[in-house]
Amino acid sequence: MAKKVKIYTTAACHYCRQAKEYLTEKGVEFEAVDVSSDPQALQEMKKVSGGARSVPVISIGEKVIIGFEPELLDEALKGDQP
Amino acid sequence: MTNEEKAEELLYDVIILGAGPAGLSAAIYTIRKAMKTLILSKDVGGQLTWTSDVDNYLGFSQVNALELVAKFEEHVRRFNVERAIGVDVAEVFPAGPVKRVVTRDGRSYRGKTIIIATGGRHKPLNIPGEREYVGKGVSYCSTCDAPLYAGADVAVIGGGNSALGAAIDLMGIANKIHLIFLMPELTGDPVYQARVRQSEKVVILPQCEPTRIFGRDYVEGIEYRGMQSGEIKTLAVEGVFIEIGTLPNSGLFSHILTTNEKGEILVDHECRTGLAGVFACGDVTNVPFKQVVVAVGEGSKAALSAYNYLISRA
Repeated sequence: MAKKVKIYTTAACHYCRQAKEYLTEKGVEFEAVDVSSDPQALQEMKKVSGGARSVPVISIGEKVIIGFEPELLDEALKGDQP
Repeated sequence: MTNEEKAEELLYDVIILGAGPAGLSAAIYTIRKAMKTLILSKDVGGQLTWTSDVDNYLGFSQVNALELVAKFEEHVRRFNVERAIGVDVAEVFPAGPVKRVVTRDGRSYRGKTIIIATGGRHKPLNIPGEREYVGKGVSYCSTCDAPLYAGADVAVIGGGNSALGAAIDLMGIANKIHLIFLMPELTGDPVYQARVRQSEKVVILPQCEPTRIFGRDYVEGIEYRGMQSGEIKTLAVEGVFIEIGTLPNSGLFSHILTTNEKGEILVDHECRTGLAGVFACGDVTNVPFKQVVVAVGEGSKAALSAYNYLISRA
C-alpha cells in the first residue's frame, strides 16, 4: 500500500513548489497544505516534525523530511513508486 | 530507453550547469543558435527564489520573484530545451574536446562545451548553535519561513539588501525584528533602508557581531558582542534569519579552474575560464554586482562565446 504523503508549504516558498513538482514528476500522490493561511495545519506541521520552523515539511508514512532534499525523498519513497 | 538514458547517449554541443537567471539566459541563446543543449541543475531560479519582489529588473517596476522565475522557465520551455532538474552534479571532467559531467545518481553526460552557471549559496555565520538550529529557528529563506513567525520576536543578521529584504518580509508578520550587522551603517539600497527605518518594529543594531545562537529544542535567543564596547548582550528571539551574503558554488571546479580569494571563478570579458570550451557566468564568477540583470547578461555572453568557440573549431 502506498505511503501517505503530505507536504506543508507556505505561499511564497519556491523550495516547496519544487518539492511538489518533484513528487508530481515521480507520479507520487500527495496532499499539500499552505500553513501560512491555515493555523491548524501549522500546528499539525509542528507536531509531526517535532517543532520545525522551516518549510517544506514533507511527511511520508512515518518519516518526516524538513526541506527539499531529493535524495532523502527518494530514500523515503523507496518501494512506494508506481 | 528512458529520457535520461537517451541523454547519456548523446553528445551535446553545450551542457549548462545551473538553472538560475544566468543558466536560463544562456540556454535561450544556445538553443537559438541551434546548439544541442542540456541543462543540469538541482533547482530552477537559483538565488532569485530567495527573494520576494524584484524592483530593478528592466521592464518590471515591481514583480514577484517567483513570477519572474516562472516567466524565465516558460521562456526556456517554449524552446523545448532538454533539462534534468533535481540532480546534483558530482564530478566534472572539463578538459579535452569532449567534456563529461557525472551526477550523483551515477549518470554521465557528454558535451563539447560547458557553461558553469552554478550561482551562489548562503554564507553561514559559523557560530555555535547555527547548524544545530537550522529548521528549528535558524533560517536562510525569509520568503519561505517568515509566515511561521507570526507575532514572534526575531533577529535578522546582515545589513545589505538581502537582510533588509528579510526584515521587510517579516515586518508584516513578526512582533519585533532586531537587525544585527557588523558595519557602522546599513549598506542596502536607500529605498529599502527607508522602509526599514520607518517601521516601529525594527530595532537597528549596527557594529554588532553575533557570537552564539542558543535554546533548548528550538531557538530561544541570540548572543552578540558590541564591537565598540566589547560588551556581550543577549536577545530573546524565536527566529534568526541569516542574510550575510553568498559563497560561490565553485567547489567542483576550484582544482581545475582559476578562482579568486572568494572562490569565484575568474573569467575574461567573454566569460572564458581559461580552459578551452569551458565558460562561466553569473554569481559563481568574479564579475562584480550580483544582480539578476547582470547574471542574465552574462549568461547570454557565455552562450555566444560557447557558440563562437564551436564554430571556430568546425
